Amino acid sequence: MLVESVEKFIANDYSFERRQQYAASDAGYSPDVWATFADLGWTAVPFAEDDGGFDGGPVELMVMMQQFGRGLIVEPYLANIVLAGGVLRRTASDAQKTKWLQPLISGELQAALAVTEPQSRYELANIETTATKGDDAWIINGRKGVVLNGGNAGLLIIPARTSGLSTDRDGITLFAVGGMAGGVTRKVYPTVDGHQAAEIVLQDVHVESNAVLGTLGEAYAVLDAVVDEATLAVCAEAVGIMQVLTDKTVEYSKSREQFGVPIGSFQALQHRMVDMLTACEQSYSLLLWAAMANADQTGDAKRAISAIKYQVGTTGKKVGQEAVQIHGGMGVSWDVDIAHYFKRLTTIGQMFGNADWHLDKLAQ
Amino acid sequence: MNITFTDEELAFRDEVRTFFRDEIPAGIAQKRRLSVPLEPEDFISFQKALYRKGWAGFNWPVEYGGTGWTTVQKYIFGVEMAEANAPGIITFGLGMVGPVIYTFGSEEQKQRFLPDILESNVWWCQGYSEPGSGSDLASLKMRAELADDHYVVNGTKTWTTLGQWADWIFCLVRTSTDVARRQEGISFLLIDMKTPGVTVTPIITIEGDHEINEVHFENVKVPVENLVGEEGKGWTYGKVLLQHERTGTARVAVTNYRLSKLRQQAARSVRGADPLANDRNFMRKLAAVEVELKALEFTELRTLAAVASGKAPGPESSILKLKGTELQQAVDELYVEAAGYYALPYVPSQYALDFPENDRVGEGSETQSSLNYFNFRKASIYGGSNEIQKNIIAKHVLGL
Repeated sequence: MLVESVEKFIANDYSFERRQQYAASDAGYSPDVWATFADLGWTAVPFAEDDGGFDGGPVELMVMMQQFGRGLIVEPYLANIVLAGGVLRRTASDAQKTKWLQPLISGELQAALAVTEPQSRYELANIETTATKGDDAWIINGRKGVVLNGGNAGLLIIPARTSGLSTDRDGITLFAVGGMAGGVTRKVYPTVDGHQAAEIVLQDVHVESNAVLGTLGEAYAVLDAVVDEATLAVCAEAVGIMQVLTDKTVEYSKSREQFGVPIGSFQALQHRMVDMLTACEQSYSLLLWAAMANADQTGDAKRAISAIKYQVGTTGKKVGQEAVQIHGGMGVSWDVDIAHYFKRLTTIGQMFGNADWHLDKLAQ
Repeated sequence: MNITFTDEELAFRDEVRTFFRDEIPAGIAQKRRLSVPLEPEDFISFQKALYRKGWAGFNWPVEYGGTGWTTVQKYIFGVEMAEANAPGIITFGLGMVGPVIYTFGSEEQKQRFLPDILESNVWWCQGYSEPGSGSDLASLKMRAELADDHYVVNGTKTWTTLGQWADWIFCLVRTSTDVARRQEGISFLLIDMKTPGVTVTPIITIEGDHEINEVHFENVKVPVENLVGEEGKGWTYGKVLLQHERTGTARVAVTNYRLSKLRQQAARSVRGADPLANDRNFMRKLAAVEVELKALEFTELRTLAAVASGKAPGPESSILKLKGTELQQAVDELYVEAAGYYALPYVPSQYALDFPENDRVGEGSETQSSLNYFNFRKASIYGGSNEIQKNIIAKHVLGL
């Protein structure tokens, strides 16, 4: 079973110390671990059997990402498989699949989807990057911001405006651009959660018409679906993190003694740890609902995504802060894993719409 | 409590404002403007500028070289310092050990230590917490055993802020275990960091900086004249100091300044995005923090007024620490929210004087929002965690 195999890998082969080494390396992840992911078939999970995949859906994605959260994995599964893979799965022609999707699944290709621009905040249709048709090529100009895995990516999927105004949903087209293509400038940096991202400038980047992924001008629906899936993925990761933080905090409170007793014997802390547990359970329940609603594509699938992202944004923040606080000075120490789980929860809170953004969707 | 300033106070405010405008060394002002981290010499040169003006001992009585300012003057000074985005005053010497020495120290100690503290010639750090003694400070174990004319000190202090730059450390040490209450065996000792047997090990904090340390003491010989006050009374002295620390950590003026900057930031477009001022959710949260902060500002004024009328800061200083750190952290959270995706990049190297401002990732200092947020989670932990503050209030204010 998928969940057991991921669980086993994290327990045996992915210690916090190793994670820190991978995060601090140039690539920001371990290519060896990534190759293992491919060998074990994890990179193939969401893809169609015809494409060499396992036809996994939202539920499989959820269980994997929850484990990745527990292990605080820095390997770019979200960027490669969920975001870039999500686009390719929905749009790529056979030729494009051979060129991009097969090496992605086999682990040879790193990819990224440039969801955001510096000014776009959480609005997917806010795209100022343009693609204009030249004689025999498309010419792309614009900027993309905080592109997850953007530095490692040999394939950049660039949403660009082929018509319409800068916030129109119509007129967005997806382009497959080589990471080293002429006119592409990348400023790569680590992110505060131990992952990597890049600022990307596209200046007169020429691509041929076979670089268009999907239907011209109709990419919004693709982006929307892929980002929903990514949102579900990071929420599952967040729930895994929240559970670990709660477990570790309870454990710590039983061993750390002050005033001659374990601090876990103080009622003031007990109640707060009960609140942490409650937050985990509530979040896990919403996560299950969201995964099932999206697996079945029920009418409330989108609402469920917003519900879990709101829940994770608010109670996840609380759980993270409490875990740090109850660990005291240890909670703000780099060498203790608590700090890094907390940081990842924080960045997840800022991705794909924060709590307010999703509560607004639910209130509409 | 009078909240309108007299003509004299207004004139004083202008003087302070002018000072901070003109007398912060230019290089430091530029670093502050560009969010470039300060070096130890920057803090020292700023504090020396204060000293030359006669303001280093802003909190000290006149007889020890302080300003002898009224409550209102101290308040104005704090506000203007924050509004000028001046560097903070490193509190360990001027705010902590100085007051302990002039209150409890011997004449010899006053003459020996106070001038260098006022003039910022000596950098002090604080040795309170130990690996096994955090919230339960009275359980501390670092031993100081009397041998002729000196103590032999053995043990470890931790979370020592800026200990890597310190010349001296003031420590709570255990001089006796044979006491009815464990607090009674604690003494207040001044230790030269250059003494053989003292070693400093860095602790890297959550955001990746080296700000705190572990300080190890192995058979460190400390002259007996470095004991402040009486042996076994260190807990009392240390508690007075902690109450000063708690008043200081309210940081209302700084939080106010940061909040007003955030409001200004929200009013304009950052990175070409729609101004956050159009985001009602965000603005309501910002306004709610403003309300709480205004309340705390008046609570602080009330505390200061009580101190001015001759009372030492009492348990109500715990309320300041509690609420002050909560609001500081609330503002940090708002900055992270405002940055959105730009809270993610970890790019400390771009906050250097020779780094072109326009080449930065994100606008201004927004990529520091998350680092500040992470770093200042410590604020509800240090100086007696907020749980301990609540215990103090419950016990000493509510009588529970």
